[in-house]
Amino acid sequence: MTADRETREQVQVGLFVTCLVDLFRPTVGFASVKLLEDAGCQVHVPKAQTCCGQPAWNSGDRKSTKGIAERVIAAFEPFDYVVAPSGSCAGMLSHHYRELFDRDEQWRERANRFADKVHELTSFLTDVLGVEAVAAKVRGTATYHDSCAGLRELGVREQPRKLLAGVKGLKLKEMKDAHVCCGFGGTFAVKYSDISNAIVTEKADNIDNAKARMLLAGDLGCLMNMAGKLKRDGSAVEVRHVAEVLAGMVDQPPIGGE
Amino acid sequence: MEIKSPQFKSRASAALENEQLQSALTHVRSNFIDKRAKAARELPEFEALRDAARDIKNHTLEHLDAYLEIFEAKVTEGGGHVHWAQTATDARGIVLDICRRRNVKTVTKGKSMIAEEIGLNEFLEANEITPVETDLGEYIIQLRREPPSHIIAPAVHLTMEQVRDGFREAHTHLPDSRPMDEPENLLREARGVLREKFLGADMGITGANFLVAETGTSIIVTNEGNGDLTQLLPRVHVVIASIEKVLPTLEDMSQIVRVLARSATGQEMSVYTTLSTGPKRPGDPDGPEEFHVILLDNGRSSMLGSEFRDVLRCIRCGACMNHCPVYHAVGGHAYGWVYPGPVGAVLTPSLIGVDQAGHLPNASTFCGRCEAVCPVRIPLPKMMRHWREREFERQLSPAGQRRNLKLWAWFARRPFIYRLATGVASRALAMWGGRRRRIGWLPMADGWTAHRDLPAPQGGTFIARYHRQRRRRRS
Repeated sequence: MTADRETREQVQVGLFVTCLVDLFRPTVGFASVKLLEDAGCQVHVPKAQTCCGQPAWNSGDRKSTKGIAERVIAAFEPFDYVVAPSGSCAGMLSHHYRELFDRDEQWRERANRFADKVHELTSFLTDVLGVEAVAAKVRGTATYHDSCAGLRELGVREQPRKLLAGVKGLKLKEMKDAHVCCGFGGTFAVKYSDISNAIVTEKADNIDNAKARMLLAGDLGCLMNMAGKLKRDGSAVEVRHVAEVLAGMVDQPPIGGE
Repeated sequence: MEIKSPQFKSRASAALENEQLQSALTHVRSNFIDKRAKAARELPEFEALRDAARDIKNHTLEHLDAYLEIFEAKVTEGGGHVHWAQTATDARGIVLDICRRRNVKTVTKGKSMIAEEIGLNEFLEANEITPVETDLGEYIIQLRREPPSHIIAPAVHLTMEQVRDGFREAHTHLPDSRPMDEPENLLREARGVLREKFLGADMGITGANFLVAETGTSIIVTNEGNGDLTQLLPRVHVVIASIEKVLPTLEDMSQIVRVLARSATGQEMSVYTTLSTGPKRPGDPDGPEEFHVILLDNGRSSMLGSEFRDVLRCIRCGACMNHCPVYHAVGGHAYGWVYPGPVGAVLTPSLIGVDQAGHLPNASTFCGRCEAVCPVRIPLPKMMRHWREREFERQLSPAGQRRNLKLWAWFARRPFIYRLATGVASRALAMWGGRRRRIGWLPMADGWTAHRDLPAPQGGTFIARYHRQRRRRRS
């Protein structure tokens, strides 16, 4: 075990914290650092990171996306792995950067090498590091929402559930249609807010009907959307990022909660 | 068909307020999704068949010109006629010519999205020819003078009560007291009315699910048998199909048929798979005297060399819209033209122009469920994004949005300044949130706060706090 731990200490992980976590919910960043360090990684948080560029990419602005992506790639090149507490941003970095640079002779190789190293947090812990259980204790019930990009681009489904199953005192209750979109969709939530509202209304009903104390997910964008709806409608469900629970860091007020 | 796609937003909002529609749309969710999932689960080779279907379509598109020519030669050999229509106008003109030559007054029609695309019914009526839709769903909406709202379930936006009202209004020759409270009653009534139309029609027009090059065969899959009566009973049978419907061989067709119904309705196969190859031959017990195939391009050949080529693999199963949260919310009419849902969001800008259909590829959360269920694995979200790129390049997206994006991107490329700005923003928003820790209204984000609160930041960015902590720990 000691040898294993020592080799793991060699693993250099760059934490891509995501722009939303950076701006709205630093706790998720600290929880991610704790989980990675507990698993034996040396964690680095490059100051040069801002955003993965997804808002520009999904708005059709390829040029701006490239400008941002080149900086992200350069900032994270020194590390063995790049880990993000978000399926959506990890999908951007590991899938869409390849497409972004596929006709760029100068950057293609670099972008692909970078993309190979990128993982979503719970998938990195279980699939790459082989973590079987985390040390956290959180009492109560939780329901888990599968965010779309993590689920369908990266195949993140069992990984967070497996880790949550190991949290002492926590019971997972599945909601209906956990794998259906919450209606966030980045700028979609603002540009087509009526439609987004219809989708998140249905999601909020499914969350309430699951009768769990907490709602968890792996993407802050979706969480803010669902929390915003639940709170507007007066729901008592506590909304948290899955990393907070896995790290046992639930002393801060929940997302959008007092 | 009249183009209403530019009004997508207001049509979507109206749809969300329409209780009858919302009640009808719940069936899309419950009916199609579970049935498809079950069908996919029960066939061990389903995923492999999807790959095969994709590969067959890719191969065909690669050699589309050759297979179309083989198809034409085979149809001609069998005594049929092939007509090439570059545009919707050409296709309508060809139909009218045949009608005039054969003195056609009444046309029965099988379900055809291409007929919708070229606005055939209105055109025939304007030329004093009566079209009669014979697919039950199409018949229902024809009575209501509405376009279909779904590519395989055209009347899915209607409740049974609306259908009943439509029948009462149209079938005045039937007694008022007839039972109409079960779907079976309505089906029987439509059947009775349509039986007369089948027998009296001069021409039958069908679409095609597939055209098979090696035999010159056109194929329709249906569940009601109306297609067979449409193409067998009248003197003239006209097939209208777009050019990408062609497949090399019957073997290819039989592979793709295995994913089509499973993806569409969850059936192993549709009730009828009807192959028609040419007119009635001497000794045949039935069949039309004349057999025509109109091959419509209408912009598709120019998609072959573009980044939108993959959408030409589409076999029109409807799975993408059946699984789309946006379609579930607003239904098909909001999209404002022939093809709704994710495939419509890619196809419609190609066919009518992105300047008209610009909303469609934008009104998606990119949840990816459409691609996950597409039997021919069309990367629909990726192609919607390609449309967004075209719009951005052509400056068709709203100027304010583009300006905000550019401004944000300017900051995002300058980490030092970005840090300063986000530090200020996180604190200001945290203060705005106050003790409730959420924001009920925010200028510039009222699209968000109209329906939901904005959770307030915790205050201070992660990166600043993380590095401050590390410095403190070191000292």
